[in-house]
Amino acid sequence: MSTVTLASKRRRSALRTAAFMSPWLIGFTVFFAYPLLSTVYFSFMHYDGFKPPTWSGTKNWTYVFEHYPYFWPALRNTLWLVVVMVSLRVVFGLGVGLLITKIKTGTGVFRTLFYLPYLAPPVAATMAFAFLLNPGTGPVNSVLEKVGIPAPGWFNDPTWSKPALTLLALWGIGDLMVIFMAALLDVPQEQYEAAELDGASAWQRFRFVTLPNISPIVMFAVVTGVIQTMQYYTQPLIAGKVASGVIQGAGTQFEPGYPEKSTLTLPQLVYNLGFQRFDYGSACVVALVLFALSMVFTAFLMRRRGGLIQAGD
Amino acid sequence: MTQVLDRPVELKTPASPAERTARRKAALEWVAVHSLGLAAALFFTLPFVFVFLTSLMSDTQALSRDLIPHTWEWGNYQRVFDTPGFLTWWRNTLIYAGLGTVLTVVSSIPVAYALAKFRFRGRNLSLMLVISMMMLPPQVVIIPMYLFWAKQLGLSGTLWPLIIPMAFGDAFSIFLLRQFLMTIPNEYVDAAKVDGCGDFRTLIRVVIPMAKPGIAAVALFQFFYAWNDYFGPQIYASENQNAWTLSYGLESFKGMHHTDWNLTMAATVLVMAPVILVFFFAQKAFVEGVTLTGVKG
Repeated sequence: MSTVTLASKRRRSALRTAAFMSPWLIGFTVFFAYPLLSTVYFSFMHYDGFKPPTWSGTKNWTYVFEHYPYFWPALRNTLWLVVVMVSLRVVFGLGVGLLITKIKTGTGVFRTLFYLPYLAPPVAATMAFAFLLNPGTGPVNSVLEKVGIPAPGWFNDPTWSKPALTLLALWGIGDLMVIFMAALLDVPQEQYEAAELDGASAWQRFRFVTLPNISPIVMFAVVTGVIQTMQYYTQPLIAGKVASGVIQGAGTQFEPGYPEKSTLTLPQLVYNLGFQRFDYGSACVVALVLFALSMVFTAFLMRRRGGLIQAGD
Repeated sequence: MTQVLDRPVELKTPASPAERTARRKAALEWVAVHSLGLAAALFFTLPFVFVFLTSLMSDTQALSRDLIPHTWEWGNYQRVFDTPGFLTWWRNTLIYAGLGTVLTVVSSIPVAYALAKFRFRGRNLSLMLVISMMMLPPQVVIIPMYLFWAKQLGLSGTLWPLIIPMAFGDAFSIFLLRQFLMTIPNEYVDAAKVDGCGDFRTLIRVVIPMAKPGIAAVALFQFFYAWNDYFGPQIYASENQNAWTLSYGLESFKGMHHTDWNLTMAATVLVMAPVILVFFFAQKAFVEGVTLTGVKG
């Protein structure tokens, strides 16, 4: 008798769980698991969207790695962005977070001003920077020339396009600032007082009290920064399009990565291969590379012990 | 002078000269910190200022290197609104962002609740899958998804391929809500059960009212996500100008107006402004949400 009720109770609880989880279970299957398997399948097929797909073995893979002119430049750009943009963002985000915790007058106003650029829609923000930094009439170069500093070509110069994107990324530092600010305010005040009594200098206090306390958050910022770099799409694309003067609509002819492939990122390749060249198979190869890279860093983020996001309780 | 400042802490004996040094040090620090703050504030606000000033220049002046408008052409904004399609893009964006947000919130709450408060086999696995999905670029599965929506359902040229999936939970929203629900003590849930509430009623009557700040944050993030989305409309809506959103249409402004940076910047302001207005009304919920994403375990 009691075992029966226990069994039925357990069944009811399983049903309950299934009911609550159902939106995501469907979403996961239809919009993630199935298309992911499908992507693997298509990566071995020749498919242009019109003629039925035919088996092509590893042809797409060798094409992407050996002949597709954009793959390695995009990967190199990604590496550049990971090394330079991500680290600068973390350092700057920590700096601004530190600054905001020290500001005693008008804190709310400063915090809002520092945070606002993060909210600017990426397309709008990139358009704004494409204007601000344009070599012809842009205010930044006007000011630089008045001061007598040689003005770079920014989005029109392959050596300056990624630094220009970095500047845009530093402008939108609000998310990291808030995360660091919360972490900094959580550092136990006694530790600072103790360090001060021991005669620690400001730098020593930062090095031996602040940093150890916030290191998990620094790590979190680095890893999520790397993951975001894998997804970096709208800003480099718009910057390249606006700077090259390509008009939308005739966009299928757009050569990505202007100037000279310097703003290419991996997600742009999926678009270029799939939706400009109608080579769905090769697009899926790049998609899988993107998948693998993102998963490596996500796994890093989730590592159970000392992991940054802990799954269990 | 610097020697005085560098002298190690004399606070142990609160004699008045030491106190004065400390006070002077504090005053200097105040000045240093606030000057840095002002410099940073300039860096963060000047781009907005220049964009706004340029949006008010006349067509000829916008071709010059001037920083400040000679005449204030407020009519530029009228010209942007008069651009064919602009109001339609505005409407489409509101539909995508509004409907998408409602669907996401409604479908993500029960999932987040189950992940936070139910004990079941596969819970940790589910959570890990949610986090993985959250971290993946949309481009990873876009080819099969596009073929599914466009070739099988014939829905390309509309925003439905972007809105419909939002009825099936969004990984980021689920994760954020789950983090928030974890902070609600189990005692409240248990008490509701003792009072005879079923799971569904407990969720509606007890959990949701307590989770309002978290729900507000998720709704805001989702609204902004849809507002800002460029890739989605580019894939599904590009072929039909009547289905474009603001973020997607904005770029075509530069194409239509070539060197008229004034009109392009006016359009840019009009795309930025709603987001910033919404932020001012919901600042607290937003900042709370950003902080939650960084919460450990």
